[in-house]
Amino acid sequence: MAAAPAPAVIYRHRLPVRLMHWINVACVLVLLGSGLQIFNAHPALYWGKDSRPETRVLEIGQRRDGDRLVGITRLGSHEFRTHGVLGVSRGPDGAEVARGFPSWATVPDGQWLAMGRLWHFFFAWLFVLNGVAYLLWTVFSGHLQRDLVPTGREWRGIGRSVVDHLLLRHPTGEEARRYNVLQNIAYLSIVFIVLPLIIVCGLAMSPWLNAALPGWVDWLGGRQAARTLHFIGALLLVAFVLVHVFEVIVTGLFNNLRSMVTGWWRLPR
Amino acid sequence: MKRRGLLRAGLAAAAGGALAGCDALSHDERAVRVLGSAEALSRGVQRAFAGRAMAQEFTPADIAPVFRPNGTTRPVGEAYAALLRDGFASWRLQVDGLVERPGSFTLAQLRAMPSRMQITRHDCVEGWSCIGQWTGVRLSHVLRLAGAKPQARYVVFHCMDLMEEGDYRAPYYESVDMDDAFHEQTLLAWELNGRPLPVENGAPLRVRVERQLGYKQPKYVQRIELVESFAALGRGRGGYWEDLGYTWYGGI
Repeated sequence: MAAAPAPAVIYRHRLPVRLMHWINVACVLVLLGSGLQIFNAHPALYWGKDSRPETRVLEIGQRRDGDRLVGITRLGSHEFRTHGVLGVSRGPDGAEVARGFPSWATVPDGQWLAMGRLWHFFFAWLFVLNGVAYLLWTVFSGHLQRDLVPTGREWRGIGRSVVDHLLLRHPTGEEARRYNVLQNIAYLSIVFIVLPLIIVCGLAMSPWLNAALPGWVDWLGGRQAARTLHFIGALLLVAFVLVHVFEVIVTGLFNNLRSMVTGWWRLPR
Repeated sequence: MKRRGLLRAGLAAAAGGALAGCDALSHDERAVRVLGSAEALSRGVQRAFAGRAMAQEFTPADIAPVFRPNGTTRPVGEAYAALLRDGFASWRLQVDGLVERPGSFTLAQLRAMPSRMQITRHDCVEGWSCIGQWTGVRLSHVLRLAGAKPQARYVVFHCMDLMEEGDYRAPYYESVDMDDAFHEQTLLAWELNGRPLPVENGAPLRVRVERQLGYKQPKYVQRIELVESFAALGRGRGGYWEDLGYTWYGGI
């Protein structure tokens, strides 16, 4: 192994990316928590323009079992016992309460729709403005073309990258300089598919914006379908965050965290 | 490995701590004011986008079999029971405040006015929607009959149902600005799906403000008051639910 001495530490994340990343972290946490708070006010999802039992696709509720309430989740026609987490869970004071998502997952913790909406809409604006700033920066700084769009060679190596990821084998040395192809696909799909879907479906739930162009909400399947898609988009975002945090941990938590704080990243050997 | 476990616990605690911080801030007056500042932004931007636009109207095939009632489904008390017994013959809609010609209207008089029928979607702040067909007189027609004074900035609807939320008891009321009041689809509705307005949906008269959420569209209306400011009403925030923390702008 007589490789030329490579620079051990590289400047990986520029300041705007670092700043916008941490704003995103705060936004996603609050939006998720307050979103679940809002969902809890009517813990069911439908497909279509309005809400009817026939078009319900998801419902979190309770079933009476003797003299006790059991938390359940209905997905289509299937019923699952989700007691302790969904349907019935322990509130901030430790007592069992009937509610959709548990208090540890919602902002604020207890059932408080008005406050959840205040948090959600404030951080929605922050998130969207941050997202627009990111898009502008990423396009005009060359970050998108240089770092995020995979090259032809990288596209062809996608099969190997999938196997590597499954074996938790990560690139080292010079190869680690660039984001790998799966990482890029994940970032690009979140930025250009999932987040726009979430935002458009969020806007579709506003009765005032429905009027801006009558009928546009029907392109999404109707207002209640838009609410369901908003929820699915949020689930996809959560899935991304889980995988992202997992990869951050297994590829060197300290090194990765440092690079998102100071910008400097040590090439793994 | 031990260090990793510790870090993982640390990350989880940080996320949990952030959420706990949100709980504390939810009770901080200044923080709530900052969060609430987004309301003006949403209202300003949304109005710029769709100032006079019409809400979507649907076809008879879209009408829900049952129009979901919410909130009060029958005002308590003998006064309402008596009105109901005589088919609202003795009920009056009072119009006063900043108007040239204060007065009152019977249900028959309102029904004799030029009417509008619209099939629209009702969106509750809780998240559900329901489509129904409403018939009523445009609020603008009644306001022109009464003659709104130039200094009138809001139309306040006073209702017959007494609300109770914890130890807070107050009659339901709501308010809209003059733009919404004079909008083509803003109705004083007496009919739902071709039948007289049912008690659970607000008999004898409810308001339709189609580009806002359900709580902005009060039921059991008995008095319309034009005001320059709603500071003197209730807790001064322009509506029953607003007084309990909901935003005055209900377009989002």
